Amino acid sequence: MIETLLQGLLLGGLYSLFALGLSLMFGVMRLTNTAQGDFIVLGGFAAITAAAQFALHPAIAVLLLLPVAFGVGYALQRWVLNGTLGRDPLPSLVVTFGLSIVVQNALLELFSADPRSLDSGGLNTQSLALGAVNVGVLPLLIFGVAVVCTAGLQWLFTATKLGRAFRAVSDDREIAELMGLSAHTVYALATAIAFVLIAIAGSLQAMRTTVSPSDGPLLLLFAFEAVIIGGMGSFWGSFAGAMLLGLTQQIGFRIDPGWGLWAGHVMFLAVLVVRPQGLFPKTRG
Amino acid sequence: MSLVHAHDLKAFYGDAQALFGVDFRVEQGEVVAIIGANGAGKSTFLKALTGLVKVPRDAVLFDGQPIGSLPPGEIVKRGLAKVPEGRRLFPSLSVEENLLMGAFAGRPGPWDLARLYAMFPILKEKRLNPGTSLSGGQQQMVAIGRALMANPSVLLCDELSLGLAPIVIQEIYAALPRITAEGMSVVVVEQDVSVAMRVSQRVVCLQEGRVSLEGASSALTREQISAAYFGVYA
Repeated sequence: MIETLLQGLLLGGLYSLFALGLSLMFGVMRLTNTAQGDFIVLGGFAAITAAAQFALHPAIAVLLLLPVAFGVGYALQRWVLNGTLGRDPLPSLVVTFGLSIVVQNALLELFSADPRSLDSGGLNTQSLALGAVNVGVLPLLIFGVAVVCTAGLQWLFTATKLGRAFRAVSDDREIAELMGLSAHTVYALATAIAFVLIAIAGSLQAMRTTVSPSDGPLLLLFAFEAVIIGGMGSFWGSFAGAMLLGLTQQIGFRIDPGWGLWAGHVMFLAVLVVRPQGLFPKTRG
Repeated sequence: MSLVHAHDLKAFYGDAQALFGVDFRVEQGEVVAIIGANGAGKSTFLKALTGLVKVPRDAVLFDGQPIGSLPPGEIVKRGLAKVPEGRRLFPSLSVEENLLMGAFAGRPGPWDLARLYAMFPILKEKRLNPGTSLSGGQQQMVAIGRALMANPSVLLCDELSLGLAPIVIQEIYAALPRITAEGMSVVVVEQDVSVAMRVSQRVVCLQEGRVSLEGASSALTREQISAAYFGVYA
């Protein structure tokens, strides 16, 4: 049972990486990125391609991918998504849904439907003995990255000038602009950071298991469930939501191999009914 | 040359016209009150000055330069800062963080946290509290402080007394001489005519989007103001 719980927490670490970008974009600009899962898959394929094409160590490939992801996120928000923001959430939902279809089909065209993975340099076969339980090194590393990313994002939000700007435009865009902020630039920076997190999540997903062009919607579902369970716009909330989701799925898998995902969805629905605002809504300073 | 000069200023919300050719000037160091009934166009006028309502480029001059079509962030960088109606503090930010947001434009000047805390000591005590957890009067101090942190040449105050007790209004306006001591101009939009007359050197009355009266606060009579305010002439 301890092994199941531990595996659930480690799986939750990966899910929290899926969720962080979504939580950030919603928290700052109330934008629900329905292409989140497909961008994660795109990040995975980008890391695989960079490592293969330039014969790079996977860690180097991932590190080189991060500034590219930052630039892509900035440009996407600045020149595409900013135009969809307003009181009506429908335009941004439609545009990100459209992007999700474009990304899926582009990946299918370029890479076929075959699943692929990123060579982790042997990390995915190594394990550590923690007492009577053996834990995979790669899942442990992913969990560590998730904790660092969540803590880093929380620190950015609460202790930096940029974080103040994020919270201010989220609270009251008009007054924030009266203070001299450009909401469009602040939004673009938020999406740029979200895309760095997406690239990290995609690369680690490709190392831990495989990615294929059709994986996006399922990854979006996990990210969405983690964010909703934790509370929209709350980073540690998303982290806690991801842990709960991972734990529930692992317990479901233990009871019956076909019940894992189903158990996670049931828990998500239960939270939605009992506490629709999530467990820890909205990050505060 | 006036510091702020609005000339034949017209403003629209969609097809609805809210201002009909307003002429308005503010000189350096002057305190001007804008009075008028609900819907007279007072707040729209301040929004037009600060870029929140788009107006033609040359309709507003600041220090001789046209600012009519500039975005709000650019206007605050030039030196026009606003205390918005209803205070509108950022709920996610503490008192001190709200004040620091005012300095985002990065204009140099005498106003910083130390000077604000000296003027409103209660804000220093409560600097780590969420801005919106304070009383109405204290929130108004934060809103004024936030605008002062931009080190503006002209401070625009929209309905400072709205929803506040008379004693609190008195306390808020007591800070005005310290604000204007170094030559800052202040434009105060007020519904409370007696307060407006007391704190200003000049009064401009708006009625249905037009200037219905203008003059030195000390020279205008109660009858003149009533007539201009309500549009009722004897």
